[in-house]
Amino acid sequence: MKPIPMWRRYSRLFGPDPATDVKDELRFHLQAKIDDLVAEGWSSQLARQEAERQFGDLRAVQQIGVRMGEKMERRKRLIDYWNDSLQDVRYNFRTLGRDPGFAAVSILILALAIGANIAVFSVVNTLLLRPLPFPESRQLVWIAPPPTGCGLSCATYSADAYEEFRDQSRVYQDVTGYEAFSTPDNLRLTGRGEPVPATGIDVIGNFFQVLGVQPAMGRLFTAEEARGGFHPVALLANAYWRRQFNSDPAIVGKAIELNGTPMTIVGVLPDSFDFGAVFSPGAKVDLFTPLDLNRERNWGNIVTLLGRLRPGATVAQALDDNNRIAPNIYFNPKYPDTLGRYKGALIPVPLKDYVTGKLRRSLIALWCAVGAILLIAGVNLSNLLLSRAVARAKEFAVRGALGASRGRIVRQLLMESLVLSSGGAVVGLGLAFTLIAWLAHQGSVALPLLNSLRIDSQALGWTVLIAVFTATIFGLLPGIRIASGNLQEMLKDSGPGAGLGRKHERVRAALVVAEVAMACVLVVSAGLLLRSFVKVLDVDLGFQPDRAASIKVDYDDSAPSDEASETKRSEIFQQILARVSALPGVEAAGMADYLPLGPNREWDTPVPKGKVFAPGELPDPLVYVITPGFVRAMGMRLQGRDFTWADGPHSERVVLINASAARVYWPGEDAVGKILMRDKEEDIVVGVVDDVREETPESGAGSQIYYPATQQGPNGAQLVIRTSLPPATLAASVLRALRELNPRQPAAEFRPVRTIVDRAVSPRHFFMLLVATFAGLGLLLAALGIYGVISYSVTRQTQAIGIRMALGASVGRVRRQVLAGTLRLAVAGMVVGTLISLVAAKMISSLLFATSPWDLPTYLGMALALLLVAVISGYIPARRASGVDPMEALRNN
Amino acid sequence: MNTARLELFRGTLDVLILKALVWGPLHGYAITSLIRRQSDKVLLLEEGTLYPALWRLESKGLLDAEWGLSENNRKAKFYRLTAEGRRQLRHEVKTWEAYATAVAKVLGATQPPLPEEAA
Repeated sequence: MKPIPMWRRYSRLFGPDPATDVKDELRFHLQAKIDDLVAEGWSSQLARQEAERQFGDLRAVQQIGVRMGEKMERRKRLIDYWNDSLQDVRYNFRTLGRDPGFAAVSILILALAIGANIAVFSVVNTLLLRPLPFPESRQLVWIAPPPTGCGLSCATYSADAYEEFRDQSRVYQDVTGYEAFSTPDNLRLTGRGEPVPATGIDVIGNFFQVLGVQPAMGRLFTAEEARGGFHPVALLANAYWRRQFNSDPAIVGKAIELNGTPMTIVGVLPDSFDFGAVFSPGAKVDLFTPLDLNRERNWGNIVTLLGRLRPGATVAQALDDNNRIAPNIYFNPKYPDTLGRYKGALIPVPLKDYVTGKLRRSLIALWCAVGAILLIAGVNLSNLLLSRAVARAKEFAVRGALGASRGRIVRQLLMESLVLSSGGAVVGLGLAFTLIAWLAHQGSVALPLLNSLRIDSQALGWTVLIAVFTATIFGLLPGIRIASGNLQEMLKDSGPGAGLGRKHERVRAALVVAEVAMACVLVVSAGLLLRSFVKVLDVDLGFQPDRAASIKVDYDDSAPSDEASETKRSEIFQQILARVSALPGVEAAGMADYLPLGPNREWDTPVPKGKVFAPGELPDPLVYVITPGFVRAMGMRLQGRDFTWADGPHSERVVLINASAARVYWPGEDAVGKILMRDKEEDIVVGVVDDVREETPESGAGSQIYYPATQQGPNGAQLVIRTSLPPATLAASVLRALRELNPRQPAAEFRPVRTIVDRAVSPRHFFMLLVATFAGLGLLLAALGIYGVISYSVTRQTQAIGIRMALGASVGRVRRQVLAGTLRLAVAGMVVGTLISLVAAKMISSLLFATSPWDLPTYLGMALALLLVAVISGYIPARRASGVDPMEALRNN
Repeated sequence: MNTARLELFRGTLDVLILKALVWGPLHGYAITSLIRRQSDKVLLLEEGTLYPALWRLESKGLLDAEWGLSENNRKAKFYRLTAEGRRQLRHEVKTWEAYATAVAKVLGATQPPLPEEAA
């Protein structure tokens, strides 16, 4: 075999061609055969025929050859590509290893951005994208009236209404609900040393069956237990079982004592079920007891409704069906005029929307914010790669001259950014893990489903996606810039002052402007949210949360008659308050059954005596049953007089109302001394208090009415004390005082009232904090970007600066010039950023509270912050520029 | 024995090709003539099946192919044994010899086998 001379290699000029190869090979075979035959004495004509005959089916063989050739070619290409890529990766590791500073900075930037993205994706995925943690959770719907001003009582249904609704509706597999008015620490676990508080909720017997929750141990409630009046049973929440009962594996069947009543534990719920996480964010529920509907029948609206749709049924069909049966439902069949009370008040929404719907906008805003962070980080990376690429221009030029194609060079640069972004993704994943683990245990943040927060396979997929996306988008630009450069020019001179450098600088300046603009948008959004948060904290709550604390008090007022019970209760409360007030540091003490910013209820519709209102015109005020001293302990403002212990069962009935109620009942008049009628009963208004925020500081206040605990039955008692000392220091002495009076008093949590407010604003606080963090990150990255560009341009101009200084330019002048360049970039970015911010602000306006999306101080603050950052990041290179030694600069080119 | 031409048993073509390349690279036509001459013109290669076999061996990595010039300066595709091909050849030769010995033993037998003990 001899090698083919150069001139005969033309056939391979346009790449491999298996078809021609096969044809050539077979043609050679035939030709050789013919030659041999001719040599044996055949005529050339016959020789050709004989050769073809001996060969057989030439065409078929040729086809096989082409097919196999193509296959081999494909495989070869793939192997080549893979080998080249591996080579690129190895090469990149080597070059990055030579420049560990660059590698570390880029990986850190990317890690922050990717980590933030993974964490937020996990939150968004848990709260918005993933279905609720129940089987066939799409079938679950929450049924509630449209929102009104009278709190939970207007968002719930009576026991009778529940049963009628369940029996008449046709679209649900089953309907259930739970008692909505339980408060934290409403139970007392006794019989095991010191009484311990616990939070229990009464659920309708089929609650867990409807949700599809299977017990981890034991069983759910049976039909008899669900009907009530049976021997008392309870189901434990998994966390409570672990905490309180040390994961006792034999707990099922054991009896515990709650509020002195023995109860049998029939089962333990699975760890995956967290009632609070779904239905009352930020609260924990320890155990569940079946709701006795018969006992609750006369209590008015007490249960929420929750249904599981039949397979295939839609929410729209459910609404139709609900509207069909609403007119046939009584509030209470004992009162015929309550028929149809729930007309238009049985609105089904998917349970998922009920749980997380309110958060959708915040979450989307958050997602956009981290998206912006990713873009900023990407632009930064692009910038860094570009400056590196410029520094390596000669290297690329040499590689190009040695035969590397442009595609190959672009691919190598892409591979470099992929290596960097993969590094960033790995570190970012670590950051996200930490963040998510921390978040999942923020029980005090009133966000739903936080407990099921985790980095799952979807989040990992997302990580890969954004890592590749970042690498592609931001590795491509420098790659293309480099590959499209003129090789000769680069080879000749890549030193400072070369034309290419200037062109690159324009691209980099544009990138920095984009970066600053995005940081701008983030800072404005964060600023607006921060202003809103401050405004929320500034809201006049109607009470003074600071220096006050509350504790749930246990008492026993059981007596044969209501009156005897009232007398007994009055005595107990007086004793407690006298004792607690006497403690050093306590300025005032009082009790109420419900505290503001928590659960609440209403009773009925009082009518001002002697006035006539159209039906529906009067509100159903929220009801609070309080003791004398409560108004002062809460720091509420009162006109008229507070209740006194003299307002007893036998004296005239008295009430306090709030300013909103007074305005409705007696507009323009002084309400004090006026009379409210509840059926035949007359209540004298002895005082008017300022409105107290009911559910959150952000929602306003409706009508509120306060009854004395000496005349009406409270639903439990929360002791509130006002103190001159830090509230926590009183915890022990208050509990001791309560224990002395009542040994059964559980060690309930002594909560500063401030924490109640904090809980109520925690979602806003949470989002504000996250967006502010991202804005800070954005600013930092923008600063890095500005610094990078200015610093590079100073390096490039070292010689020019040297000449200028040699010619007499002062240090100050050089610095000013560099700073001016910096400010030009920053201002350009800010102008673009402000325009985008105006649009972005409009989009998040629904998340703002008492803050205009065009809030001037926010925009000014943003401008100030960015200018400051720009000056700082420009000052360092400016100093370096002014420190250039003219002689040195001129000598070293 | 019919001295005309013997058809090849299935599977023996591959090992013959590998063997033919032991002495150096050859093109397809040279392989056919080498086998014919070496078998004293007894073994007949069906030329139509030779090439698919060559390509198959090439794609398995047992052969390497390269274009070169033949004795009379024509462009031809030359095949060469790879290290993998050499190993495969050694293995197949061993198998073939064992097979041939066994067949020869059976065919050359002069008396029926002894009854097996305790079978």
